[in-house]
Amino acid sequence: MTTMTMAKALNAGLRRAMGAEPKVLLAGEDIGKLGGVFRVTEGLQAEFGPDRVIDSPLAEAGIVGTAVGLALRGYRPVVEIQFDGFVYPAFDQLVSQASRLRFRTAGKLGVPLVVRIPYGGGIGAIEHHSESPETYFAHTPGLKVVTPASPSDAYWMIQQAIAADDPVVFLEPKRRYHDKGEVDLDQQSAELSLFSARVVKPGTEATLLCYGPMVRTCLEAAMVAEQEGRSLEVVDLRSLSPVDDAVVLASVRRTGRAVVVHEAARTLGLGAELAARIQEQCFYELDAPVLRVTGYDLPYPPSRVEDGYLPDLDRVLDAVDRSLRW
Amino acid sequence: MIEPEAGPDFVQLLDAGGNRVERTDFSCTAPDVELATDLRDMVLTRRIDSEATALQRKGELGLWPPSLGQEAAQIGSARVLRDPDVIVPSYREHGVAWCAGIDPLDLLTTFRGTGMTDWPSRPDTFHPYSFVIGAQTLHAVGMAMALQRDGLVGNDDAATNGAVVVYFGDGATSQGDVNEAFLFAASYAAPVVFFCQNNQYAISEPIELQSRIPLYRRAAGYGFPGVRVDGNDVLAVRAVTEWALDRARRGDGPVLIEAYTYRMGAHTTSDDPTKYRQNEELDAWRAKDPIARLRAYLERAGAIDQAWTDALDAEAEALAVRLREGCVRLPEPELSDFFTQAYADTPELLLAQRDAHQAYEAAFEEPR
Repeated sequence: MTTMTMAKALNAGLRRAMGAEPKVLLAGEDIGKLGGVFRVTEGLQAEFGPDRVIDSPLAEAGIVGTAVGLALRGYRPVVEIQFDGFVYPAFDQLVSQASRLRFRTAGKLGVPLVVRIPYGGGIGAIEHHSESPETYFAHTPGLKVVTPASPSDAYWMIQQAIAADDPVVFLEPKRRYHDKGEVDLDQQSAELSLFSARVVKPGTEATLLCYGPMVRTCLEAAMVAEQEGRSLEVVDLRSLSPVDDAVVLASVRRTGRAVVVHEAARTLGLGAELAARIQEQCFYELDAPVLRVTGYDLPYPPSRVEDGYLPDLDRVLDAVDRSLRW
Repeated sequence: MIEPEAGPDFVQLLDAGGNRVERTDFSCTAPDVELATDLRDMVLTRRIDSEATALQRKGELGLWPPSLGQEAAQIGSARVLRDPDVIVPSYREHGVAWCAGIDPLDLLTTFRGTGMTDWPSRPDTFHPYSFVIGAQTLHAVGMAMALQRDGLVGNDDAATNGAVVVYFGDGATSQGDVNEAFLFAASYAAPVVFFCQNNQYAISEPIELQSRIPLYRRAAGYGFPGVRVDGNDVLAVRAVTEWALDRARRGDGPVLIEAYTYRMGAHTTSDDPTKYRQNEELDAWRAKDPIARLRAYLERAGAIDQAWTDALDAEAEALAVRLREGCVRLPEPELSDFFTQAYADTPELLLAQRDAHQAYEAAFEEPR
């Protein structure tokens, strides 16, 4: 086991994938010489050369669009969008192009592309640097959307995303980049499928459904609840499209209560989808309505008030109380 | 980096030593007393910038994008604007904002995170800062189309005519939006001056990655003139921008100005330029400092003296103190303030979210 940050774990995962498969290449703004603004690709250009770690011109549509072409010719491009709020110029290339080539050609063409996006708030940034755009992509048929919450998952999931044969939007919770965790670099393969959810803390009274940056928040809430004599289960979705219904529903059936937690705005967020699936499939096992703790339906606010916008331990526990009181 | 020679492709009217350069195509008619006010603007802009950078280092700002080294490009272009011209900045145009009458404390709200870009001192003719690279160039073309339709272009009385000047960087020229802005402006002969500050770097990426030809030549491909100007020479920037504005206001369409300059500081305070560029390069550009050369010229011309310089230094110091003290006293907003500013008529759902948020916060005995 090696202790490392999520940023270092991603770097290690990328390095391993590049070493194992010569068709893997990276592209993005400032990822080569600088190693990325979060240093996730640090050292990779020096190791693998500028043909495989490409500093792109400043144009997101160009970065994703050319990656689609590379993918169609047998490469496995992994592109970095510098910040969540800058992915939108590439929206057409993702939503109308990369996502549909398999469908349009009855499976003859696939686009094994990974789009890495640092996402989410909590870092005191200016606007366009704290967005949670996951729903746009999870709503798009043909795209898969995953997000690791720990260094170990980051290490394995990036390799699994690169190995996947369809386009994967790989969301990296930037406020957790410097969180440390254990990673087993000697392990041969991942324990879980890329699209599996995981019970990260078992419990009996209510299920917290979360992903990415909110997993740590929910684990902290569950620990506080435990000190107060309440047993909460925390499920890390890991994959937002597809969602691992089996793990989610089994947990909710056990506890009878579900609270979905995400930073993204509430309306039509993952919470809405999960609430719908849960009530469709385990209506009679529910002891309370599915509750949501989310960002508000606002553009991300200025950093001095972001703490009020972001779900935190108190808001999660408040929702748990409401669920348990039902 | 290919260094441009002074010549038809590089308009320079004041060399790095502060000597006037005579040309037949462009000349700066501003009297020395007006150039002295430019020097004042440039010195004060640099002081705003250095103070804001220091405030970020002290943790009072979340981020700051320094304008260090780009003062001549910004002041020279902004000082030839007048009503009804419209200014569309990117996010590093602190000198342009200064000339537009924006209180630098207002700028700090955005970077301290106490507000978005709602600056009380912002005039209607100065669009809010834009942070998504290049997107504002299309807005500028639309604003120029509005000037055309409002009868503010091509009138016999030249004083009634206006144009839009839009600022962006070398990196932005790679964006599809910017190329579409060039195309739309050309197609409609829109009165817009594309003012590109080529500061040589888009974060770590050198200009060669964005363009294999000098940027100003891009304009030819779209069918309008492009001019490269010494962006560290306020006289040349004035002359070229004035020419481009007059042309646009007359109804002769867009111009691309490439102000060839250098980002002497970091991209932002989050950036570490030592990772990607050499000190020798920075030293070479220090020798071309826009403030030093203008000061040298004005001193030699006798337009400024020690007393003038001392007074300016005192003014800069007072401004710095005002920023330092004012920054920490900027009003702290409440999240609930923002629920009614996303729509003209706020949906009930959002009002309910605001009320729930307020009730929740009020439930804590002590503010969190």
